[in-house]
Amino acid sequence: MSHAVRGLGIDVGSTTAKMVAVGSNAEMIWHWLEPAEPRVEEQVARFLDKAAAALGPLSGIPSVATGYGRGLVPAMRRVTEITCHARGVYREFAVGVTLVDIGGQDSKVIRVGSRGETADFSMNDKCAAGTGRFLEVIAQRLAVPLERLGPIALGTSEEVAISSTCTVFAESEVISLIARGVAVGAILRGLHRALVKRVVAMIRTVGLVAPLVLSGGGACNPAICQLLAEETGMAVHLPRHPQLVGAHGAALIALEKDAD
Amino acid sequence: MSVGRKMVYHVNVNLLGRAVLRWHRLKAERRGGAPRGWKQEYLAPPLSISPRTKELISRHYLAGRYAHLGRKVAWVTSGAPVELLKALDYYVLYPENHAAVCGTVRACVEISGEAENAGYSRDLCSYARTDIGSALSGKTPVGKLPKPDLLLACTNICQTVLAWYRVLAQHFRVPLILIDTPFLFGEASEHVITYVRRQLEEAVPVAETVAGKRFVERRFEEVTQRSRMASQLWLEILERNHHQPAPLSVFDQFIQMAPIVEMRGDGFTVDFYAALLREVDQRIAQGVGAVTKEKRRLLWDNLPVWYRLRYLAEFLAERGVAVVASTYTNAWGELAPMMDVNRPWDSMVRTYLHPILNRGTGHKLATMIRMIEQYELDGAILHSDRSCKPYSIGQMDQRDHLVRECGRPALLLEADHNDPRSYAEEQVANRLDAFLEMLGV
Repeated sequence: MSHAVRGLGIDVGSTTAKMVAVGSNAEMIWHWLEPAEPRVEEQVARFLDKAAAALGPLSGIPSVATGYGRGLVPAMRRVTEITCHARGVYREFAVGVTLVDIGGQDSKVIRVGSRGETADFSMNDKCAAGTGRFLEVIAQRLAVPLERLGPIALGTSEEVAISSTCTVFAESEVISLIARGVAVGAILRGLHRALVKRVVAMIRTVGLVAPLVLSGGGACNPAICQLLAEETGMAVHLPRHPQLVGAHGAALIALEKDAD
Repeated sequence: MSVGRKMVYHVNVNLLGRAVLRWHRLKAERRGGAPRGWKQEYLAPPLSISPRTKELISRHYLAGRYAHLGRKVAWVTSGAPVELLKALDYYVLYPENHAAVCGTVRACVEISGEAENAGYSRDLCSYARTDIGSALSGKTPVGKLPKPDLLLACTNICQTVLAWYRVLAQHFRVPLILIDTPFLFGEASEHVITYVRRQLEEAVPVAETVAGKRFVERRFEEVTQRSRMASQLWLEILERNHHQPAPLSVFDQFIQMAPIVEMRGDGFTVDFYAALLREVDQRIAQGVGAVTKEKRRLLWDNLPVWYRLRYLAEFLAERGVAVVASTYTNAWGELAPMMDVNRPWDSMVRTYLHPILNRGTGHKLATMIRMIEQYELDGAILHSDRSCKPYSIGQMDQRDHLVRECGRPALLLEADHNDPRSYAEEQVANRLDAFLEMLGV
């Protein structure tokens, strides 16, 4: 093994659990991602075993946990996803950015300052619209695999307006559109537009400052990337590992704390 | 009113009731110290005046329980010109305060459910729902509420009170006095002042008829004087938080503000705030801060989240954050200079035209900026209160201004002042944590 692990970041989200190990130069040397399981402690223990198998013994390595399940992770410190994402994205881009993270349970917009600090942030309110869950529900209803949603939406120029911003009501709207014989592609394009518009409203609350970066599971969906660029009139940049930004940031904080 | 009924009232309220409540207070004072579970490592010991606060509030509701034996009862909105009624010796009940008590003891869902079952929408203010639910069912955590003989609603806090008090008037079949205070976007014009003054003057004969008493100007001046003194003391108490560490957190203020709202105009309220001011000064002299390790100082905008007061106080204090100023508690002090005992009518008109909720959102923003400067605050939490639309409207722009123009981090926190069904603790905690990390704590 060429790199010694110096910090671990564990991001337990609502949909996926991620782990990143960084070396002494803050470079990502190992990572793991899998669907989140209800038994967080067991899953994290398994992660640690995998990491130890790949990297060697981990005792004494500082670790930081983030994400909704962070309270259940045996880590040195727990830090919110906002701070971890800001740290992770700054490490990769090294400039102030507006980061949009579309996760399974929440979406957030973080304005990262020129020194990597969180200058402002906004999160979706008590509603699943504007999050990955919105698309998951619809994918299930349309019997389309999640990863095919974006390509199908982009495969057509037709688009129907989805008037409801509520996930549950949007689902009923989709059912009635299908009943009226509207093409699935047009429905999906409209759904992506509705989600992106909601995210853009959040971006406006913190103020859009270029460059615009998209992370989270939503960044794996090409329709979200394209429509976000259309709606903001700005190029959308993707991190190398869009779903690992938070876990990477957590590992970096662990590394910094160790250096302190 | 027969002598016998008056005797029963006097014995129950002034002799037995007071004695029992006094005994409870003395017992609590003797016991002293912090209640079980108090987080002493990051919160100052409870205020020693707390048992007295509890005694005052209990006495107020006890007097209400027996009020019909000796006095007429008026239900009023929190921004009503209560001095008129106090001068006529009404027992005055504030449904909003009672609803807050219901919220604090987490009885809101059950009681407002009574209103919802009767067809009132959950989108209505949770204070209104709690009050209407209590009126319909008789449910209350304070024993028993006296039925009103008179209702007094003033629109200076919101327009919901218009419909709310009409519902009460129909339900109880009692007269309703409505004081319409036009919204102020700038200075109050002479026309507006005359308009409100005439309404106040016209209210007097109605209140006299119901009370069966003559309105005495001198009594009115005395009550106004006591209101002014108590409000002035309250303002001084709040301003003691210019000191660092702040002696009184807003969570303390939310509790200690009960008398200035519902017992304004009474002599004992003046004594109470004089004693609280002494205790606050004592804390300053001893270097005691409400939060033991004050690292950051914040502003709170809007009503409290009554059912999670202690949780939020502990959550923030544990992280070294003291919330030291609030536009809400300030609202009951900032108008004190407008009260003028030499011109009681004019001063009453001005006082009740100028509550923060009867003025533009720009005025609230200016108040927040002034407080941030005077109290040397590091940021602000803006409680976006689902129930209180007049208080919450404009908060997104106010937040943006604080962040961009004043360089102070500000968080919009979604909740409801009384209804826990509009509050998600996990999300609140996550946002607060992220916000505090941003503040560097």
